[in-house]
Amino acid sequence: MTNAQNIQPETVEQTVEDTNYVPVVIKSSNLRKRERTGYAFVLPYVIVFCIFSIYPVCKTFYLSFCKYKGGIGKVPEWIGIENYDTVIHDIQLFWEPLLNTVKIWGLNIVLQLGLAFLLTIVFSDVKYKIKGVGVYRVIYYLPNIIAATSLAFLFSTLLDQRYGSFNQMLHSLGALGSNPETWPNWLGSKDLTWISIAVIQAWMWFGNSFIMLMAGVMGISRDYYEAAAIDGAGRWKLFTKITLPLLKPIMLYVGVTSLIGGLQMFDLPQIMINKAASSYPTIRTVIMSLYNFGFGPYSVKNVGRAAAMAYVLFAIILVFSVLQFVLMRNKEEE
Amino acid sequence: MNKKDIKQELKNNKTPLTFTKSLNFFWMALIYTAITILAVVCLIPFVLMMINATRDGHEIVRGFTLIPGDDLVANWKMLTKHINLFRAMLNSLIVALPCTLLSSYFSAITGYALAVYKFIGNKLIFAITVVFMMIPGQLSLLGFYELVKELGMIDTYWPLILPSIASCGTVFFLRQYVLSLFPKTLLEAARIDGAREIYSFHRIALPIMAPGIATMAIGAFIGNWNAYLMPLILLTTQEKFTLPLLMSRLNESTDVAANQGAIYLGVAISVFPIMTCFCFCSKYIIGSITAGSVKG
Repeated sequence: MTNAQNIQPETVEQTVEDTNYVPVVIKSSNLRKRERTGYAFVLPYVIVFCIFSIYPVCKTFYLSFCKYKGGIGKVPEWIGIENYDTVIHDIQLFWEPLLNTVKIWGLNIVLQLGLAFLLTIVFSDVKYKIKGVGVYRVIYYLPNIIAATSLAFLFSTLLDQRYGSFNQMLHSLGALGSNPETWPNWLGSKDLTWISIAVIQAWMWFGNSFIMLMAGVMGISRDYYEAAAIDGAGRWKLFTKITLPLLKPIMLYVGVTSLIGGLQMFDLPQIMINKAASSYPTIRTVIMSLYNFGFGPYSVKNVGRAAAMAYVLFAIILVFSVLQFVLMRNKEEE
Repeated sequence: MNKKDIKQELKNNKTPLTFTKSLNFFWMALIYTAITILAVVCLIPFVLMMINATRDGHEIVRGFTLIPGDDLVANWKMLTKHINLFRAMLNSLIVALPCTLLSSYFSAITGYALAVYKFIGNKLIFAITVVFMMIPGQLSLLGFYELVKELGMIDTYWPLILPSIASCGTVFFLRQYVLSLFPKTLLEAARIDGAREIYSFHRIALPIMAPGIATMAIGAFIGNWNAYLMPLILLTTQEKFTLPLLMSRLNESTDVAANQGAIYLGVAISVFPIMTCFCFCSKYIIGSITAGSVKG
């Protein structure tokens, strides 16, 4: 406490000004004591954060420079940047999975955002006045809250070529011939599998995007429309000159968050597609490849390489995050 | 933004725009048909799931129908003979519930402290929190596994539960929430009345923060209930498997894999709790999606 009483008057005033405190509490010792309560409050967070967040990230970084198989009694052995060198030159297990991931994500985002965008136009249009927005919104969002594992299982059963209900439904609607051999093999053929997964992803996420865009439209002030309408702007003008430009940052936000999440795609393809299937290499994502190195069978296990992969992927994600940040800021400055 | 707001918004829209032309009936019918078809597309996999859960495996393989069968009990017996879905559900609850409570309470107290107290390091802690919000989970995955191994916690629930004390996103959100909503004068008043700081937090701040905490808690619960990758690398004993993990192993039992009816029933049971929960509090769940992003 003696320490606190020795504080110079200027310091006290400085603190007071900073915190906007009412004059009643100006008593340096009390003030300091109070502010220090903050330490006690954040302490559990900081401890757990250091142990379970900061340490693992640093450990992964360290492991990325090591040769390490991760078995019992094995010790990481420092080998420098060799792992990074391997990953950057690894076509089959890094760049191809990355390409697959981007491909699946790309088709998914076109469908997802396109659909969400159309829905937002329809549902927010003053002329249509669609009834039951709430009900539609709930239904569109439903697929998003179901666990991806359950959905993966559901779809891998539904989409089975010969015995799945989906093809049988198409068959009874007359869309498919009588010979099951010619029916589309949604999750087996090399050309169809990635499309199936992209469509399922879009199906899972368009409701989410729709709600985000809708919230954006609802956030646009009525004043803009009124002012423009008084100036004689038509419905199309209102849409292209007001709604669209104001919606752009949200679309960008949705797109980039989706890309960051999409680059980490794992559950759905991992569970849906059998490793032995011929379509497996066409839908193997980066995280699936990483998982195989980090936690797969002992013969292929290479923790150092997996760690290096995580950091290379992180660097790629970082570029997109920074890009998003810059684009967003430019938007605000305009 | 809830249902009522939007309805109100749409009603209020009569004012500025002068579209007095009568609506084209066919155009409207077309729009309603399109959005309804989309709704059907969202629901059909779940409908097929429920119907097929009541049908015999051989029957499902032979053809498609929308009429429920009468083999629900048989499928149920087949399923429960091999796996214990309810055990997995309980396990999921054992993980997701403490996670939700811990992340809610500790994020609230941390977010509050970061917003209200000025202490050295406050800004630094906040900055690191924001940085870690953007760091993808795969970056810590391997190190996390090594850490859990060093702590001897493999195949326990601790590494799934404890980290939720430090939920960056929730702390960030609640800090902003306190800054924008919490009147500091309330705290001053309590101080003048001689209340201790922790008392002020529990009795004054927590109730005010409740809506924000609830929003984050819903997200935390669903996220933890659906989590797959972490339990997958950490849990090894089948008795300890959480629901998503057990689901992913459903086809390992050949008897079940051979009977599609049992698979559909398993999936149906696994999605049932979260679907029911969604039916009752969809408003809050949907509210929680836009909470952090659009306003922030």
